[in-house]
Amino acid sequence: MIQISQLSKYFDDFCAVDNISFTLEPGEILGFLGPNGAGKSTTMKILTGFLAPSSGQVTILGHDVLKDPISAQLEIGYLPEGAPAYADMTVMAALKFIAQIRGYAGEELRQRIQNVIEKVELQAVLDKRVENLSKGYCRRLGIAQALIHDPKVLILDEPTDGLDPNQKHQVRELIRNLSKDKTVIISTHILEEVSAVCTRAMILAAGRIVFDGTPQSLAAKSDLHNAVRIKLQSVSIDIVEALTALPEVQQVTQDETGMITVYPKDGKAILSAVNAVLHSNNCLVEELHVESGQLDDVFRKVTLAAHSNESSLDKMDNKQEQSA
Amino acid sequence: MKSINIILKRELAAYFATPVAYIFIIIFLMLSGVFTFYLGRFYEQGQADLSSFFNFIPWLYLVLVPAVAMRLWSEERRSGTIELLMTLPVTTGQVVIGKFLAAWLFVGLALLLTFPLWLTVNYLGDPDNGVIVAGYIGSWLMSGGFLAIGSCLSAATKNQIIAFILTLVVCFLMIVSGFPIVQDVFSAWAPLWVVDGFATLSFLTHFEAISRGVIDLRDLIYFLALITAWLYATVLVVDMKKAD
Repeated sequence: MIQISQLSKYFDDFCAVDNISFTLEPGEILGFLGPNGAGKSTTMKILTGFLAPSSGQVTILGHDVLKDPISAQLEIGYLPEGAPAYADMTVMAALKFIAQIRGYAGEELRQRIQNVIEKVELQAVLDKRVENLSKGYCRRLGIAQALIHDPKVLILDEPTDGLDPNQKHQVRELIRNLSKDKTVIISTHILEEVSAVCTRAMILAAGRIVFDGTPQSLAAKSDLHNAVRIKLQSVSIDIVEALTALPEVQQVTQDETGMITVYPKDGKAILSAVNAVLHSNNCLVEELHVESGQLDDVFRKVTLAAHSNESSLDKMDNKQEQSA
Repeated sequence: MKSINIILKRELAAYFATPVAYIFIIIFLMLSGVFTFYLGRFYEQGQADLSSFFNFIPWLYLVLVPAVAMRLWSEERRSGTIELLMTLPVTTGQVVIGKFLAAWLFVGLALLLTFPLWLTVNYLGDPDNGVIVAGYIGSWLMSGGFLAIGSCLSAATKNQIIAFILTLVVCFLMIVSGFPIVQDVFSAWAPLWVVDGFATLSFLTHFEAISRGVIDLRDLIYFLALITAWLYATVLVVDMKKAD
């Protein structure tokens, strides 16, 4: 279990983390989202005992990270941002070093290394030097060293950054298949990743938590949530008007390809109502589906709202960005 | 203790993973030969001792030891591996000591490889080998002092060149504070205890005392205290600067 209470971190005058508190239970996989500079990495560095907070408290499985960092670090597997590794070592030597520092020796050390090599598929590069590894392998080495002691708490800063789609899929599978008693925090820029692997999503902006909930509830915040997209063989003005006239419908838009999007009011389910309208008008439907919501959309909405509270100047910039 | 040992081994392996270690050793041995035989006039002196070698070794160390020390922490900070290292279950002190000991052993190895000088002098004459051993011990202790200073200054910057130059300057000051020229500047006006205090701080005063063959406890304590103090400062600097 991870407990964070009233955590703040200032760099000189700059506030990187602004009074955040939350608790994570075993089995939860938390996805940290947020624009660059939102405080994701800083929070992770504080959790792992690398950085001391300006104020607040962090406990990992009951160990106070500030007072007893070693006990906490024994429980944590950590992939730092950018997956740093010793350039002059081979992959095997690097893993061995980490395993030794973690207190393993002899047969157990060999077994543990073998395990993680298989888990992240490093077999092909064991004798290669880290400096000659591709970005993808470097990242996988970083994940391997974080898993070597089968930690109860796993903190991964951008674990899929720089990986190709297959490798991304593989790492996501790996995280999803971790045993259920682990507590996992990952940070990412990729929003789909959160709905793909996480049980909980948290958006940070300007050092504050601006969203905390399930990935589903995050998607539900989108204007597009439960919106119905329809493609008809021929579109008449009547249809659009009839759809707009429905009491549950907020707005109907049509793009240049003829795709009609029907936005519901307050995210209500409107499929049956829309369907009835189409039926009574004898439309030939080519395509029809219900949107679950665009995460990008919500992400922008939530993080920009946080920024616009900061200063009116920012707000103007953001509006321009939004319209663009 | 175990953690220190693991870090020491990794660091030591890192020296030999690149040509840096071999280049260092070759340059060190070549320069020590040049200094001893040409500048030190080993043959002309006609004495069966290694004083011409030990007279020059502080100056050799002045240039070469900062080159070993400069990468101790700068490289970790530049490449970001410091974050990996310092979030493993080890204390800053263990890492500082492990890294320092690796560098110290490495410089000690280079020093041991000057043994042909010792063989030569024993072949040519009948030297006092006790004095020579004392000279080696003194040299190694002094290199430890240089390295501890370098360790601390390396932790203060991500740039190895800056670390090198800073270490060189500080080590230079530590050497010359015991020099007659510097001493004369002070002795003209300063009270005797200031002059003595300055000389006491000097590497050279203690190194020469040991390399004359007299291993005085005070000289040993001087070097060990110096190393401890600079390593303690390293721990503070690392904790302060690691996340920058």
